[in-house]
Amino acid sequence: MTGAHVIKQSEAKNLRLTLTFCAIFILALLVPMLEQVYYTKLIARISVFAIAAVSLDLIVGFSGRVSLGHAAFFGIGVYSAGILAQFGIAQIWLVMPIAFLVAGLIGCFIGAISLRTSGLYFIFITLAFSQMIFFIAQGLRMYGGDDGFRLPAATVWFEGVDLSQAKVLAYTMLGVLLAVTYVAHRIMSSNFGQVIIASRDNSRKVNSLGLQPYPYQLTLFTLSACMCALGGVGFANLNEYVSPASISWVQSGEFLFMVILGSAGTLLGPILGAAAFVTLEQILSAWTEYWMFYLGVILMLRVLFLKTGLLGLISKQGA
Amino acid sequence: MSQSPILETVDIVKSFGALMVTDRVSLSVYSGELHALIGPNGAGKSTLINQITGELEVNSGLIYFEGEMINKVTVAARSRLGISRAYQVPQLFGSMSVAQHLIMAEIASKNQGFKMWAKSAGLDDLSSSQKSILQQVGLLHLASKPTAALAHGEKRQLELAICLSSKAKLLILDEPLAGLGPTESEQMIELLRSLKSHFGILLVEHDMDAVFSLADRVSVLVNGAIIASGTVEQIKNDPLVKSAYLGEELDVH
Repeated sequence: MTGAHVIKQSEAKNLRLTLTFCAIFILALLVPMLEQVYYTKLIARISVFAIAAVSLDLIVGFSGRVSLGHAAFFGIGVYSAGILAQFGIAQIWLVMPIAFLVAGLIGCFIGAISLRTSGLYFIFITLAFSQMIFFIAQGLRMYGGDDGFRLPAATVWFEGVDLSQAKVLAYTMLGVLLAVTYVAHRIMSSNFGQVIIASRDNSRKVNSLGLQPYPYQLTLFTLSACMCALGGVGFANLNEYVSPASISWVQSGEFLFMVILGSAGTLLGPILGAAAFVTLEQILSAWTEYWMFYLGVILMLRVLFLKTGLLGLISKQGA
Repeated sequence: MSQSPILETVDIVKSFGALMVTDRVSLSVYSGELHALIGPNGAGKSTLINQITGELEVNSGLIYFEGEMINKVTVAARSRLGISRAYQVPQLFGSMSVAQHLIMAEIASKNQGFKMWAKSAGLDDLSSSQKSILQQVGLLHLASKPTAALAHGEKRQLELAICLSSKAKLLILDEPLAGLGPTESEQMIELLRSLKSHFGILLVEHDMDAVFSLADRVSVLVNGAIIASGTVEQIKNDPLVKSAYLGEELDVH
């Protein structure tokens, strides 16, 4: 097989993936037009989780480190929406940037410490930090403590159009998902992305080429935290409720589940993973209260039989 | 070679606990010179290299690069100064193609890693100098191949290509011939010969034929200390070297 042939084939594969995702995205845009609130909210829910999964994939897939603490940043988004609304600030062009910045600051701090480690230690440090934030949220008595609190006011675009309306929520979160995925894709295709991938493959060699991986990885970690918080803002609006449960390590685990189900390091895979997770959750939980068990079986099957995750099912055709 | 050396170590010492692995080593490499470092397994050659590149800190002694003391300079910064190293076991990026390695080396040497938006260069954007480097090491036809598809010898060639595409002034090559077949070895030796005039080269190698045909100077490291240093002829005839290291081997030739 000649080099040019390989390149052509991978270009064809990329084209097929891009087309598939345009089709899926357009389908997602059409669903809310059915005026079925259940399905519209399903799209919103998938988008919210997909935003978190894509941002987590930057760390898991591209940085090669497993974070078990991304719910912390998601939760920062949830609490930003709730607490700001309490103070009468609900405009989306304020809430989203503030959630983004706060998560960035905290993400930079957590990243600065945890990125000094890798492997098992990284998993546990990110877990420890997210547990700290979980307990801080739980300790906020004026914000309901362990019980959380009702979202005082939905995040608004402008008078009469706010995220309590299922359709607005779905389109907003689809838009954010598209933006986040596009930015992530651009960054990962840039020089910066090359340094990140090279550092994942062999950080010693990156060093000996003259670059220290750490500042690059910290930048990516911070950005990932920022993006994840945007999903959290949507989540608060979706549930119309703010709760420490959104920061729990179970939530972090679910994000990881989505990334792995879809295929880490691909950006599009985790979107598929989030869609599959949310859909399965809805179907299985309507059918049995032991739905988590079946989800576990599905993840096992994926790991054993689908080398490249759900994404591989699409990109494999005709290859 | 009247100018000052590009690399100079002065009495560097490194010990791990009670074990002294580098024992007051002083050596120098001039630009355009190939200085070979030989010694039996466990003599401390790789440890010495790690101190020169900065992966290990020296306990005492000084390291100069182009006249500047670099003891406290990080690995990455030493690389940017122009110290480029090929490892004993080739260190590559598993998910990247041959061409991407050169692109990565360029990003690093130009310090353009924080370009976060513009698409990074690809196979079609290889510059003519990058292509000629690939040609030189014999990998041009494999430019689009992933690392995993390369044979061992090709991985060595790729690592050398990475060194050449950075703005290196000093190449530190740790056993570049290890694991190569006879034809590949010959090609590598010719390649090194052609590179000699452009760089200072510190070569660690077990293949004595290669060392004696390439080196301008040879230093012999035994138990962490340099027991002899000089031209090929001087080393070949040094009684201390003969008994300590080369032994019978030399009589065969």
